[in-house]
Formats: sequence, structure tokens, C-alpha cells
Amino acid sequence: MTSQDFSLSSGRSLKRSQMSFKTLFSNVMTGIAFACAIIALIPLVALLYYLLINGFARLGPQLFTQLPPPPYQPTSPQFNTGGFGNAFIGTLMTVGIASAISIPFGVFASIFLSEFARDTKLADSINFFTNVLSGVPSIVMGVFAYGAIVLTTKSYSAMAAGVALAVLMLPTIVRTATEALESVPKELRQAAFGLGATNYQTILGVVLPAAIPGIITGVMLGVARAAGETAPVIFTALFNNFWNLDPWKPTATLSALVFNFAGTPYKNWQQLAWSAALVLVALVLIANILSRWITQRKR
Amino acid sequence: MTPNLESALQTDTVFRTDNLDIYYGSFKAVRDVTMEIPKNAITAFIGPSGCGKSTVIRCFNRLNDLIKSFHIDGKIFYKGQDLYASDVDPVEVRRQIGMVFQKPNPFPKSIYDNIAFGPRLLGYKGDMDELVERSIKSAALWDDVKDKLKSLGTDLSGGQQQRLCIARAIAVQPDVILMDEPCAALDPISTLKVEDLLQELKENYTIVIVTHNMQQASRSSDYTAFFNVQANEKGQRTGYIVEYDRTEVIFQSPKHKATQEYVSGRFG
Ligand SMILES: Nc1ncnc2c1ncn2[C@@H]1O[C@H](COP(=O)(O)OP(=O)(O)O)[C@@H](O)[C@H]1O
Ligand SMILES: [Mg+2]
Repeated sequence: MTSQDFSLSSGRSLKRSQMSFKTLFSNVMTGIAFACAIIALIPLVALLYYLLINGFARLGPQLFTQLPPPPYQPTSPQFNTGGFGNAFIGTLMTVGIASAISIPFGVFASIFLSEFARDTKLADSINFFTNVLSGVPSIVMGVFAYGAIVLTTKSYSAMAAGVALAVLMLPTIVRTATEALESVPKELRQAAFGLGATNYQTILGVVLPAAIPGIITGVMLGVARAAGETAPVIFTALFNNFWNLDPWKPTATLSALVFNFAGTPYKNWQQLAWSAALVLVALVLIANILSRWITQRKR
Repeated sequence: MTPNLESALQTDTVFRTDNLDIYYGSFKAVRDVTMEIPKNAITAFIGPSGCGKSTVIRCFNRLNDLIKSFHIDGKIFYKGQDLYASDVDPVEVRRQIGMVFQKPNPFPKSIYDNIAFGPRLLGYKGDMDELVERSIKSAALWDDVKDKLKSLGTDLSGGQQQRLCIARAIAVQPDVILMDEPCAALDPISTLKVEDLLQELKENYTIVIVTHNMQQASRSSDYTAFFNVQANEKGQRTGYIVEYDRTEVIFQSPKHKATQEYVSGRFG
């Protein structure tokens, strides 16, 4: 009897009271957080909107097959002709050279860091220098490549730009690849050793394949960053108004084209710069999507 | 160690340890292990956690070599050869003495490639498909996976993964299979499957198994070593073998009170 009374009389309502301070505070905070998130997205959305509005008008296959045109008046019938095929190829070439240098170096460096030197002073100091390197302004990489390659070969070249971009990509690749290798569970290493694998068979046969998705992500991020860099290419690859596939000759790149054309008073050049910017962003986006896709597919 | 074991061990001895002390740095993890492990039998290591069962079993295939601070005093002989002699190649040792771990650890590769990994290391020249099939069959996994050898080994269930790891160990045709709590992460049905498998494997292999499961030790093993741990005056907890004998003796008429208490579940 008494116990029943007790439970009835003391049972507090479980309903949420809409007006309590606790509820109000929680709602207000949620609102503020939401607003901040939206505000943070505004620049990104605005950027993409601007790029699409201004760059889309000229988008078409001729962009990738034709050379940059001379300046034309908007009234001219040739106003919409020309493209930046040479700069597109040039960007692929410089980034390709940069990747060919930085990927093997970066991956081997991270194998060394994670498999041979883990938790040693040496690894510590290499990590420190990698971090310093990733903080060095990209123009400094350009100066370095200018001094090391442009001055010695006496020519601006895609090779010089490739070297500058390689140095730029290296820290990203080393850091992500080292992380990916270190996160391979030690149980997998033990399994391989337990089957009589040598150190290098374990690394090449088990650890590296298991870390590949993470390594590819790092490479993609590095490539995406390098593709858009301007400072290190303008005084290493310089520019070229014509087609060029010789890595030892001055070469046009998309970022240098944006830099050169956007500031001119010529409307058709400005439009080309917008389109080139759009293509650059699209390249970065594709690299990011690819790396996500590869990472998820491998799970 | 125990005299009445001598006759039983007449057959063949695979491992013999002689006053083995095992250290991690200056920490003596296990002391005075003197035992013989007979051929084509199942020897179980039981005892409370931290008493050094894993430490001892990992000495048998020199897996502890991967730990920098590890070193031993005393001797371990494998078929008469000093396992820790300076001219012994630990890689060669591990090819003859396979290991199955507590947590199933298949490679993130296809089922086929998991099995073929070891034989490829050895440069196996025979029919790989046949070897893969035979190994999977010996691990009682063939019916589960015969239609999906190309799918990832990591996508199998826990019990299947562990049998895959056993198949992977068998594929390199070792002499001995060491198992460190192979059923600890498995459900009871998978555990029974692995135990049945042990009985079949015993025909061809020498098996040393660490287990926490008293029923498992009493059901499946022929010999049992009971380990315990003792703290010294500095608080270092060093493991040692209390009693090593035929499994029936350990479980039905052990000589030591601690063994009696442990196997009847009153301690540990
Ligand atoms: N890599 C290691 N480094 C230092 N000490 C270790 C290492 N592995 C195990 N030990 C210690 O050795 C002792 C025995 O451990 P272990 O062999 O894992 O016991 P069990 O397998 O019986 O639970 C424990 O005190 C443990 O802390
Ligand atoms: Mg253990």
C-alpha cells in the first residue's frame, strides 16, 4: 500500500519543459553553431559560384586543343576563339615530373621512418625537418629550383618547376605515407614474420599493400596542391605561348596562365584566366574524389 | 621435468628447454623453464594471465627477436639443434615452426593470396591451386570458402578467419604449429570447430597451444604445463612452471595444491 503511494506521489514528470533554461540554452547554442558552419561555407560556395559563372562561358573542347589567342575586342568575331591546351599539357608535365621525383623519394622515406627508424632520434629529427619543409613558403622552393636548375642549365624549364613542386609535395607525401604505414596493425607484421617472411618481404608483401590506400590519399593531396601552385612555377617554368613537350624548355602552366592573363585589360584573356582557374579547381576536386574513392573501395 | 614423463617422451622430443630464463630488459619475465615437448602431440600451456605463457611460446619460433629488449639465459633445443645459436637464422626457424595468434590476423588480401603468401615466399614450384585447396581443407574451411577464394580474407567471420590463419600456417608445411590462445576471440561453436581441427592436425604436426579455457586444455591436449607467477621482493612478477605432466594427471591428480586450485577454477 504505502510503497505504491510513494511511487505515485514522487514520480516526477519525464516530459521536457520547453521553457526551462537548460532547453533554451541548448537550442540557442545549436543555432549559433549552425550559423557559424554556414558562414564558414560562404567563401567556398561564393568561390565556386564565381568560377562557374565566369569560367563556364568559355568552357569547351577548344580550350584544351588550341593555343592562347592574341587580345581581341569583345566585338571581334574571333573573341571566343583560342584556348590553353599548351598550359594544360604543361601543368600535367610539371606535376608529372614532380610526382615522378617525390613519390618514390617520399614513399621510401616513409618506409624508412615507419619500419626502420620508428621511435628513434633520427626519425624524430627527420619528422622535424619534414614539418619545417611543409611550412616553407612555396616561393622559396621556386628560388631554390631557380638557383639550382635554371641558372645551371641556363634555361627556364618544366624540369626546374617539377623539382620545385617535388620539394613542395614531399612533406605531404612523407607525412601521410608514414601515418598510413604506421597504422598497419602489428598483428599483420607478426603474421608475416610468423610465416618466415624476412623484414623486406614483410614490408613489400604485407605492410605496403595494406597501406596503399592511405599512401594514395597523400599522393593525391600532394598532386592537388602542386597543380595549383603559382609562385614556384612562374620563375622556373616561366611561360610559353606555344606547344612544348621538351622538359628542358620554358613551359606554360595553368596557374602561370591565370597569373599572366587575369591582370591584363583584355576581356578575352581575362575569360581564359577564369576558365583556367575553373579547370584547376576541377583537377583538385577530381584528385580529392579519386583519393576518397580509392580509400573507401579498399575497406 | 617430471620423471614419469620420461617414458612417454621416449617417442620423440621436438623442443627441449634447459633452465630457460626469459628477460625483457632487466625484467625477468619467466624463470627456470625446463621441459620437453613431444612430437605429434598437443601440449597445452595454462595459467593466470601475465605468467609468461605467450613469452615462452614465442621463444619457440624466435618471434620474440622482434622485441629489442628481449633476451634469454639457458638453452632451447629444437630437434637437437640449439635454437638460439648464433648461426641459426630466425627466418628459417619460423618457416618450420608456424604460429597462430590470439586475434585472427588474415592479410587484407584474397583468401587465395592469404594461403599462397607463405609458399610464394619459399618459392614453391608445385601446383599452387592444389596446395591452397589442400591447406584450406586441412583447416576444415573448404566448404565455407570454396566459391569465394578471390574475396577478401578479412571479410570472413571471426571463426572462419582463424581457420584461414591455421590454413595459412599449414600451407608452408611446418613441423610445429604454435597457437597462442587461438580461440580467445571466437564464439563457442567456432571454438569447438577449432578443437576438432586440433585433433586432426595432431596426426601430422606437433602442436603447442596456450589456452585460458580449462575445458579446452582437458579435452584437447595430451600434456599440460601449469604456469604461475610469483612476485619477488622488488615487486617483479616472474612466471614459472608449477607442474608439467600428462593432461589427465594435471586435471585429476595434480601434485601441487596451486594446480589443483587453478584447474578446479578456485583461482586465477
Ligand atoms: N614486449 C614486452 N616488453 C616488456 N614486457 C613484456 C612484453 N611482453 C610481455 N611482457 C611482460 O611479460 C610478462 C608475461 O607476459 P605474457 O607472456 O604476455 O603472459 P601471458 O601470455 O601468460 O598472459 C608480463 O609481466 C608482461 O607484462
Ligand atoms: Mg598471452
